[in-house]
Amino acid sequence: MFAFIVRRIGQAVLVMLVISLVGFSIKNRIGDPVRDVVGERVTPAERAALRQKLGLNDPFLVQYVRFVENALKGDLGLSFFYKKPALKVIISKAPATLELVFVTALILIVVSLPIGVFTAIRPRNWFSRFTMAFSTLGVSIPVFLTAILLIYVFAVTLNWLPSYGRGLTVDIGGWQSGLLTLDGLKHLILPSISLASIMLPLFIRLIRAEMMEILETEYIKFAWAKGLRRSRIWFLHAFKNTLLPVITVFGVQIGIMFAFTILTETVFQWQGMGFMFLEAVERSDTSLLVAYLVVVGVIFVVVNTLVDIIYGLVNPTVRVAGRK
Amino acid sequence: MHHLLEVQDLEVKFALRFGELTAINGVGFTLERGERMGLVGESGAGKSVTGFAIINLISKPGYISRGRVLFEGRALNQLSHEAMRDIRGNRISMIFQDPMMTLNPVLTVGTQMVETLLAHRRISRQAAAKIALDKLRMVQIPSPEKRLTQYPHEFSGGMRQRIVIAIALVTDPALIIADEPTTALDVTIQAEIMELLLELCQAQKTGLVLITHDLAVVSQVTEKLAVMYAGSIVEKGATDVIVNDPAHPYTQGLIRALPGIITPGSRLHQIPGVMPSLTSIPPGCPFHPRCPFCAAVCRTTPPHLAPVDSRQVACHMVATQNGRLEPTGIVETWQPDTRMTATGKAVETHGR
Repeated sequence: MFAFIVRRIGQAVLVMLVISLVGFSIKNRIGDPVRDVVGERVTPAERAALRQKLGLNDPFLVQYVRFVENALKGDLGLSFFYKKPALKVIISKAPATLELVFVTALILIVVSLPIGVFTAIRPRNWFSRFTMAFSTLGVSIPVFLTAILLIYVFAVTLNWLPSYGRGLTVDIGGWQSGLLTLDGLKHLILPSISLASIMLPLFIRLIRAEMMEILETEYIKFAWAKGLRRSRIWFLHAFKNTLLPVITVFGVQIGIMFAFTILTETVFQWQGMGFMFLEAVERSDTSLLVAYLVVVGVIFVVVNTLVDIIYGLVNPTVRVAGRK
Repeated sequence: MHHLLEVQDLEVKFALRFGELTAINGVGFTLERGERMGLVGESGAGKSVTGFAIINLISKPGYISRGRVLFEGRALNQLSHEAMRDIRGNRISMIFQDPMMTLNPVLTVGTQMVETLLAHRRISRQAAAKIALDKLRMVQIPSPEKRLTQYPHEFSGGMRQRIVIAIALVTDPALIIADEPTTALDVTIQAEIMELLLELCQAQKTGLVLITHDLAVVSQVTEKLAVMYAGSIVEKGATDVIVNDPAHPYTQGLIRALPGIITPGSRLHQIPGVMPSLTSIPPGCPFHPRCPFCAAVCRTTPPHLAPVDSRQVACHMVATQNGRLEPTGIVETWQPDTRMTATGKAVETHGR
């Protein structure tokens, strides 16, 4: 297990290097660090001197190594708009996005697992048929449409839930949390539901398909022949095997969800990283964009590494492969 | 005293979109306590379906449309779900064909043994683990304490089949249905596993229904034999009687097809043609298109099992000729024109 984790972390480092290379290339080609530091009202001669001083005339590789060194120290450059280190800006926005993704993931698990399993066990039940038909529809509706629809129904027409912002937040050691106040939770409902709506049909279908396939295997037939109770066959024998591919897909999808937060956060005026990213694009705040890319890359890699380790815990075959 | 198992006029149908298929057509046999019976036939003859029908576990569009399965006097196909569940794996165990697929890959061997006991008996987990350990010793698994905590992928195929046998035996069943238990294994391990199964059944006085296409194995292990063809039993009786002196043309063909009895270098015997699929079973005797003795009556009227000497045979010709069909006649009919020049190596393999 230890060797498995070490190898997995090695791979994660490699992925991060590639991401940083892409990020740096963008910054190097598109961005103008001199503008980030001094703004527009400086003479060309002064700019050239500054370029030399900042090492911007050095070869690409030298600059890249410097970039990685700085990144490792936590320095991802200065945000042109905020006049602050880009990383600081992102960290101040991160809690909003992380909480949104966390709640969405929770909704995904709590809703898709029971429904997926039920539709696999009882494929002919009316609820299963309805879910299957409805999920096709769900996949094909874009997230901003779902979001606007939800706002229209629950915020505008019924006036039950707030339509934008994070509501009341509590400061816990610099982390602005909306999970601890009723108002904060209310504000979370619509954004997290609309974000979950993209992934939910996919997960229900994935879990159902996997579970149905597993229910046809020889070892499930053998479990019936052993006279086990059906709850044990369904929820231990079949479910544990169903989880394996689902965990993998879940890890990837959580990463992809960060991309979808850009849309969701924009619609709901959610002051998170996604919203910040769109603003940064409009202001061509290159350093901030690259910093966002690197941070999301780190989150993606960390989540996937964690998921792989969890997968190793569930699947005994992986554990042995690591032991060898 | 009841029979251990009595299958009466069993018919199994599969309800498909375009109509119903009859997979098993009026199969019947009895088995006493501690008795071992072979159920022999080609693939698709209905052997496995019969096995699953006994424990009422036919997979979905299939169902028992007629007949009864009596186990210790109780009609199994009329029991409630819960009563039937408590018989499966407890009084009647099954052993499947491929040990690589039979064990759940994500649960330890210990878990898979203990859960079987806990599903049927009110004992503690510790007591169940102790019984499981005993059974692993019985099937000769080395260092069983360590093995209990391991996962199926840490075992070889032969070891896994030993574990499957241990699971089948863990509740001391009265009957084991073994569905081709050695087909998926190496030839050398096949004999070991079969011997182990035979020994354990003898020692525990466990009844055995051995589903196989291997007549050699059947003659070594079982006392009784039923030969199936296209969903029906064509011949049944004492194993040694049938194997040494087959009456039904199909059984004769099967025994001729055994590689062991031909002279090295000559071509292997085979029954011409293939078994009909369930969708196109010919009228009359299902075997008649492949039968060298086929007469007019065979094409129109299905034969029924009738006593011939000490066994039962379903064949018009055997019944009307009031005795044996001359096996030599079959040999001549089925003798191929060209002789295969088999290499020495091939003969060696056949002889084994």
